[in-house]
Amino acid sequence: MGFRFIPVISVVLTLLVSGTVNAAGAIKIGALFAVTGPAAFLGEPERNTAQMVVDEINRAGGVRGHKLELIVYDTAGDATKAVQLATKLVKNDHVAAIIGPSTTGESMAVIPVVEKDQVPLISCAAGIKITDPVKKWVFKTAQNDSLAVARIYEQLQRQRLTRVALLTVSDGFGSSGREQLKAQAARHGITIVSDDTYGPKDTDMTAQLTKIRGSHVQAVICWGTNPGPAVIAKNARQLGLKIPIYMSHGVSSKKFIDLAGEAAEGIRLPSGKVLVADLLPNSDPQKRSLMAFVRDYQKHYRAEGDHFGGHAWDAVMLLKGAIERGADTPAAIRDQLERTRQFHGIGGTFTYSAHDHAGLGKDAFVLVEVKNRDWVIVK
Amino acid sequence: MQFDQLLQYTLSGLATGAIYALIGIGFSIIYNSTGIINFAQGEFVMLGGMLTLFFLELLKLPLWAAIPCSVLASTLGGVLFERLAIRPLRQPTPINLVIITIGASILIRGLAMLLWGKDTHSLPPFSGDEPIAIGGATILPQHLWILGITVVVIVANKFFFYHTISGKAMRACAYNRRAAGLVGIDVRRMVLFSFIISSAMGSVAGIIVAPLTMTAYDVGIMLGLKGFCAAIIGGMSSGLATVVGGLILGVLESLGAGLISSGYKDAIAFIILLLILFIRPQGLFGKADTERV
Repeated sequence: MGFRFIPVISVVLTLLVSGTVNAAGAIKIGALFAVTGPAAFLGEPERNTAQMVVDEINRAGGVRGHKLELIVYDTAGDATKAVQLATKLVKNDHVAAIIGPSTTGESMAVIPVVEKDQVPLISCAAGIKITDPVKKWVFKTAQNDSLAVARIYEQLQRQRLTRVALLTVSDGFGSSGREQLKAQAARHGITIVSDDTYGPKDTDMTAQLTKIRGSHVQAVICWGTNPGPAVIAKNARQLGLKIPIYMSHGVSSKKFIDLAGEAAEGIRLPSGKVLVADLLPNSDPQKRSLMAFVRDYQKHYRAEGDHFGGHAWDAVMLLKGAIERGADTPAAIRDQLERTRQFHGIGGTFTYSAHDHAGLGKDAFVLVEVKNRDWVIVK
Repeated sequence: MQFDQLLQYTLSGLATGAIYALIGIGFSIIYNSTGIINFAQGEFVMLGGMLTLFFLELLKLPLWAAIPCSVLASTLGGVLFERLAIRPLRQPTPINLVIITIGASILIRGLAMLLWGKDTHSLPPFSGDEPIAIGGATILPQHLWILGITVVVIVANKFFFYHTISGKAMRACAYNRRAAGLVGIDVRRMVLFSFIISSAMGSVAGIIVAPLTMTAYDVGIMLGLKGFCAAIIGGMSSGLATVVGGLILGVLESLGAGLISSGYKDAIAFIILLLILFIRPQGLFGKADTERV
C-alpha cells in the first residue's frame, strides 16, 4: 500500500464531503424550529409552512432542476440543543443553508456556528440584535420589534396621547419590546409614566392595572404573547379601564380574540399583514403572496396561517430566489441572498443589502383594531 | 395610596388566595394520610379545566353537565394514579413516593399536551362577566363563584373529616398509621380515599379558575407550587390553617405586585415558603410537633 495513496484518498474524501450539491441533485436545506416546548406556538407553524412550501416547489419541478431537501430538527426552544443541531446540520448533513431557529435566544446561540462554518442562516426570530450589527452569514425574516414600536408611537402621536403606561412580560420578547419602547419614547414626544412587568405564567394582572389606573395615563401599551395579554384585557374590562390599550404583534392571531372574548373589543395592535390579508387593497404589493400563503395553509393544515408560519415561508422563498439566480453553494447562496431586492413576502417587502440583513421597512406593519370579534385596519 | 386601590389589591388577592387554598388542602389531605407530598396535585387542577373544555367542545355538553363529568373524570384519574403508581410499591419510602408523584405529573402533563395540544383555552364564565363594583373596587361574578365554592368545599371537607366514620378513620391514619391499622381501619383504602378527595378538589379548583385565568396543559406547575406554598404556611393541616395560608399568600402577592413591583410577585410566594420552612416548619399556626415515629 504505502503512503502514496494518501493524497488520492484525501482528495476523494474531500470531494465526497464537500459535495453539498451534486449536479442536478437535491439541495439540502436545514431547518431548526422549536416544534415542542414553550415556543412551540412559533415552531409548529414554521415547520408546517416550510415543509408545505418545499413540497410545493418540488412538485413544480424544483428550482432550476434541483429538488430541495428539507431536514428539520426540533430544538424544543433550547439554545444548547439548537447549537448541537446546527453543528449536526453543518457537519453531518452538509446543508447549503439553514432556516430558523424560532427564538432570539436560540438564534444568537447558533450564530457563532454558522459564522465559523460559513453557512447562510435565515433566522425566523424577531430580536433586533440578530442582524444588528450585521453578521456576514446571518439574515432574518421576522419584523424587528422596533418597527412595531414605531407604528404604535406614530398612532399615539397622531392622537396627541403623550402619557403612557407600559406593562411588559418578563421574558425575552417582553424585555426586548420594553427596551425599544423606552428607547423610542423621547423621539415621539412620549412620556412613560409607569413601567410594570408581569410573569409569563401570571394569571391575574389586576394589581398592575389598578396601579396604572391610579397613575392617570392616556394609554396602556402591553407587550407579551398569549395568554398574558388576554388576561390583561379581561382584567382591564373588569376594572373598567377606559383608556386605549395597545398590544404587541405577539398576539396578532385569532387566538387572542378567542381567549379574551368581549374584553378584546377596541384593543389595537401592530400586526404583519397576513392577519388582514383579505382586507388589504388589491394595490398592495404583498397581497398576492399573502393570499397564496393563507389559502395553501388552510388547505394543508385546516388552520389559519399566521405570521409565524409566514417567517418560514419568507425564508424558504428567499432561498428559492437565491438559488434561482444561480447559487448552489453556501457562499453563492449568501451572496445572492444579499442581492435580494423588492421581494414581496409575507412579513413585508424585503430588500437586503450589505448593511441590512433584516430587510424590512415600517410598511411591514399595519395597525389593526378588534371590532365585533374580528380585525379591522386602523386608517 | 388611595383606599380604593388597596381594596382592589385585597379583593384580587383574596380571590386568587381562595384557589391556592383549595389546591393546598389537596396537598395536605394526601400528606396526612400517606406522609407524601403529591407533586402531581397541580396536574389535577389542569385536568379539571382541560376536561371541562373537552366535554364542552367535543361532546357538546352544556356547562352544568360538563363540570361534574370533568370532576368525575379527574377523580378517576386520581384513582388510577393511586392504584397503578402508589399502591404497587412494596416498601414505599417517602422519597420514592415523592419521585413517583413528580414522574406522574410529567406524564399527565405530557399526555394532556398530546391529547389537547399546546394552546391556551378559555372557559365561558358561569354567570356573565359584568363587573360588580364594591366601594371603588371591582370584582367579577366568577370571583364570587370562586369564593362561594371554596367555602362550600371547605365546609363539606370539615364535615366529612369530623362527622363521618370514613373521615374519622382517615384522621386516625394521619395520627398513627400502625395504630389505625391495629384497630381495624383499612389503611390502604384510606389512602385511596385521600387521593379521590384531593384529585376531586384539585379539579374543582381548576374548573372555577379557568374562566378567569384560562387553562392550558401546563398551568398545573405554577398553581401546584402556589398551592403547596399555601399548605406549608398552614402547616400541612387539612383545615382552616391552610385556607388562611392560601388567602395570606394571595393577598401578599397582590399587594406586593401593586405596591412594590410586579416583578417580585412569584418571588414573594417562594420567599414566604422558604422563611416558613426555615423558621416555622410546623406552619404559621401550628404548635411544635414531636417527632412522629
